[in-house]
Amino acid sequence: MMSSSQKRAEYRSLFKQNVRGRLVVNKITMGIILSSVIVALVPLGSILIEVFKNGLGALSVQFLTQIPGAIGTGDGGIGPAIQGTVIIIGMASFMGIPIGVMSGVFMSEFGDNRFGRTVRFFNDVFMEFPSIVIGIFAFLTIVLLLGHFSLWAGAFALSLIMFPIVARTTEESLKLVPLTYREAGLALGLRQWVVTFRIVLSAAKNGMLTGILLAVGRISGETAPLIMTVLGSSQFFGGFDSPMDALPLRIWRLSLLPYDSAKMQGWGAAVVLIIIILSINIGIRYYFSTKNSSKSKFLYKIIGGRKL
Amino acid sequence: MFINQKHARFALPTDKIFKIIAVVAGAYILVVILLMVFQLYHESQPIWQKEGLSFILGSDWNAVEGRESFGAAPYVLGTLVTAGFAMAMGVPVSIGIAMFISQAPKIVANPISMVIDLLAAIPSIVYGFWGLYVFRDGLLNYIEYPLHDFLGDKIWFFSSAPFGLDIFSASIILAIMIIPTISAVSREIMSAVPHMQKEAAYMLGATKWEMFKLAIFPYAKTGLIGAAILGLGRAVGETMAVTMLIGNATGPSAFPQTLFQPGQTMSSIIANEFIEASPASLHLPALIGVGFVLLLVAVVINVVAHILVSKMLRVKEGIINA
Repeated sequence: MMSSSQKRAEYRSLFKQNVRGRLVVNKITMGIILSSVIVALVPLGSILIEVFKNGLGALSVQFLTQIPGAIGTGDGGIGPAIQGTVIIIGMASFMGIPIGVMSGVFMSEFGDNRFGRTVRFFNDVFMEFPSIVIGIFAFLTIVLLLGHFSLWAGAFALSLIMFPIVARTTEESLKLVPLTYREAGLALGLRQWVVTFRIVLSAAKNGMLTGILLAVGRISGETAPLIMTVLGSSQFFGGFDSPMDALPLRIWRLSLLPYDSAKMQGWGAAVVLIIIILSINIGIRYYFSTKNSSKSKFLYKIIGGRKL
Repeated sequence: MFINQKHARFALPTDKIFKIIAVVAGAYILVVILLMVFQLYHESQPIWQKEGLSFILGSDWNAVEGRESFGAAPYVLGTLVTAGFAMAMGVPVSIGIAMFISQAPKIVANPISMVIDLLAAIPSIVYGFWGLYVFRDGLLNYIEYPLHDFLGDKIWFFSSAPFGLDIFSASIILAIMIIPTISAVSREIMSAVPHMQKEAAYMLGATKWEMFKLAIFPYAKTGLIGAAILGLGRAVGETMAVTMLIGNATGPSAFPQTLFQPGQTMSSIIANEFIEASPASLHLPALIGVGFVLLLVAVVINVVAHILVSKMLRVKEGIINA
């Protein structure tokens, strides 16, 4: 007959035997999890530090405004590339946003059927298409049609990358507008398109703006589809029908050169690109973290993490 | 009264027009996809006619006129090998991150998930530039040479002399680039697991790790696989960073045999040679053919991934509504 204190001691030792191993395993896995976070943060930190450290030194008014100098001299700058990026984003937005918004309206207002689900599914799949294949498509449809490389082709390729993102975010933000808003509009005798444009879209404009800006951020870094559409050039804007430079393209061309001066200029172009993209991304986050936030956070997840 | 009747009689059927425009905008995506598949197939016809199946199975790559011969096997394999290594390195890390974020207190988790999202915002070309001038040196000195020196004689895939621009470095860059994708989706998936499941596991005395093993992983398995496949889709289509780091071999030498050897992927050969290819020769159709294969691979991967992920998230919606 064991006394109760003996029993308690026995149970305690059994408990310790059971628990100790499990706690050790738990500690180890938690360590692995934490180290995986650190593993992911190291490259990000390194990229940002190197880009800013090497790039800021290359910046000057000359560098930002002049055309590239003779190869290997390190003279000149990336003026045409900055101009080209701005023009091409503007054109792509002009082509991509209206159709993206209308497509989002379709998915949200008329999309509750088999056709709508098909469109939504392929929209999601298309978001993941390799951008270089979209570039080839723009080459085949526009460049071969016109017979030369042009801004139109590049903007068309980028608009194809842009519009599924805009469509998806528009859809999601329209869905967040309560049904009662629509019913109130219809009860006043408004037509459906008036309800959609005047009430639903204006209620959802913050979410749509987020989507549009993130799509702009995404396409401003795209390189692959530009190689076979706008080709690159070292001159300032010379008409929509001619080749044009863009920042990512210029970085790529510079990376192919063996000179140290090209490397410096490459870092300089990279820092300009990164500043543009990060200010869009962080700007959106800041703007929406100060406003009503849970829904915009959801939207950010959709495109910020690029997926879903 | 009069005005209203007149108005009604001559009014345009604006709602119908609106609906038609919306449907057309919705159908645009389907038209683009169909047109894309058709165009790529149509324009690569010459190469399929000349090479037939050996375009996929062969390995010669010669653009010289008169001796033209194209086989894309090394590039298809290169894509699969780099993407496979990237998955092997990236998936565990991404799921670890998702686990961390789902467990950590909000004040830690929110900044970290925001920073990881920033990784997705950095453009591919900047990854490539950084890889070329910073990452390559570090990798070469601290990882590739030691691996080669210690294991080169014993394990064949470490045997060739490291150069820094090879399949290994391209795979690691790809792994870094797919981390934000996979971890963002896995995060969503894990938060879709009902709280009851987690609480039940804790109630049985489970540690955190056992809670993941008992409650989250079995429940989220499909979705996590889908997330990983989404990452695979991104790795397969990624172009610039890979082009800058993989060393760009062509022909039979591009067959991936060791890790430290220059290779080539489908997207990188297109990026490298598309501009130089003359539309009159077979070179351009060959590259478009490679693009067609890449498109098919990407479509299959993404369709599978989206089916898996949306299945999982539909379950989540059902729970919320119930």
